[in-house]
Amino acid sequence: MALYSEKVMDHFRNPRNVGIIEDANGIGEVGNAKCGDIMKMYLKIEDEIIQDVKFETFGCGSAIASSSMATELIKGKPVSEAMELTNKAVAEALDGLPEVKMHCSVLAEEAIRSALEDYENKRKEQPT
Amino acid sequence: MIYADNAATTAMSDAAINTMTEVMKNIYGNPSSLYSVGQKAKEVLEQAREDVATAIGACAREITFTSGGSEADNQAIVSAAILGAKQGKKHIISTAFEHHAVLHTLRKLAKEGFEITLLDVHENGLVTAEEVNEAIRDDTCLVTIMYANNEIGTIQPIREIGAVCHERGVLFHTDAVQAIGHIKIDVERDNIDMLSASAHKFHGPKGVGFLFARKNIRLSNIIEGGAQERGKRAGTENVAAIAAMATALKEAVNNIDKNSSNLIPKRDRLIELISKIPHCELNGDAKSRLPGNVNFCFEGIEGESLLLLLDDKGVCASSGSACTSGSLDPSHVLLAIGRVHDVAHGSLRLTLSEDITDEEIDLIALAVTEVVDRLRSFSPVWRDLVNGKREFIIK
Repeated sequence: MALYSEKVMDHFRNPRNVGIIEDANGIGEVGNAKCGDIMKMYLKIEDEIIQDVKFETFGCGSAIASSSMATELIKGKPVSEAMELTNKAVAEALDGLPEVKMHCSVLAEEAIRSALEDYENKRKEQPT
Repeated sequence: MIYADNAATTAMSDAAINTMTEVMKNIYGNPSSLYSVGQKAKEVLEQAREDVATAIGACAREITFTSGGSEADNQAIVSAAILGAKQGKKHIISTAFEHHAVLHTLRKLAKEGFEITLLDVHENGLVTAEEVNEAIRDDTCLVTIMYANNEIGTIQPIREIGAVCHERGVLFHTDAVQAIGHIKIDVERDNIDMLSASAHKFHGPKGVGFLFARKNIRLSNIIEGGAQERGKRAGTENVAAIAAMATALKEAVNNIDKNSSNLIPKRDRLIELISKIPHCELNGDAKSRLPGNVNFCFEGIEGESLLLLLDDKGVCASSGSACTSGSLDPSHVLLAIGRVHDVAHGSLRLTLSEDITDEEIDLIALAVTEVVDRLRSFSPVWRDLVNGKREFIIK
């Protein structure tokens, strides 16, 4: 289908970092089933570095591809850098998304941020 | 490739292609011209009108050729509304799951002061004649109910609905786009006053269809201009496409018994095979349904990704998910039969053609099973359902 770039189709067909992390220290879930998109991100952060990231997504082809690409963009990166991830960066890395699908990249950005915030909150709660 | 989206469009039959190319090559005259090649085109046009009329038990002069089903729906409804308004009748009855060609025309009329009642189609996707009868008022000018639904394939009790309309003196229009050529239609038997049809749903060409309207019904123009189609539809007739439509319709109607008795067992087997997937459910009544229509909702997955992966496996299908409907909401048809958003997003429509084989049915069922499994394997919704954090909607 010409609706999506080759890169979107590649990440949709062979999504990277799929699954869950049992001992994740940052988890974020955004979207809702009513709208047809849910993304859940699992982060394993050590020494402020994202050592591992996994995702699960319920949604259309571009939602799955956006989640996959977002995980690739932050894996191995410092938390501070991951916080700066934008939906634009996700869309560009996928060689663009159709206009009506840009919200999928926004959702990916929000899912990453939500997981990072969960990590920050948990860290604050823990006595040092 | 297995093409299982025949409700979207069909491949043209060889006979229809032959007719079309023959007319394009040799009978290129304008039917309104007086010289022989023009008059020959006129003959082809009128023969097509005769053939189309015969296929539905109508008279030739009751057939108006249009650009397709949408135009026919628009013209039928607007004409009935204008006739009704003249008598002070401005109430129209329809259903919540009509095609947008009907619903959007009704929405426009509502803005112009008409009152529209949309009947509930229940979980099985069917409306009853009694419900139509109860909804008819003194100021009702039209009942418009589709013969068979384009998404879930349910066939309405048209004959009974038509009888009620006639008893109450109300015009009855039916959008028969999905039904014609696939199930038997006779406008006399079925008590139909107006009927819309589109050629590309029965192996004819795209961009052509027709409106049947009883002789006594005065049509209003949608397209103004020349005197073609008894002045009711201006523009030089698409003679080649019209002739090909007539060929395709004759062929379809002549083979209707053979095709449906061949197709129904295959459809039912596909339904049986897909039903084995956990937490999925057939949409629409299992019996009162078009011979080639299969439509399911699957819990925990989204329709567009389902279609893309099926395409990878060589299966062409469609879905009523928001991503494929071009809006934020999933299909209005699935919502009308009471599906909640969460599962309506996970719908799949497979519409089979007469030439489908048993092997292809097996391949489709296998592909659907694998793809649903794969998408569920990384769906957070499915995980929550399985872990009891979210309740299954489809048991």
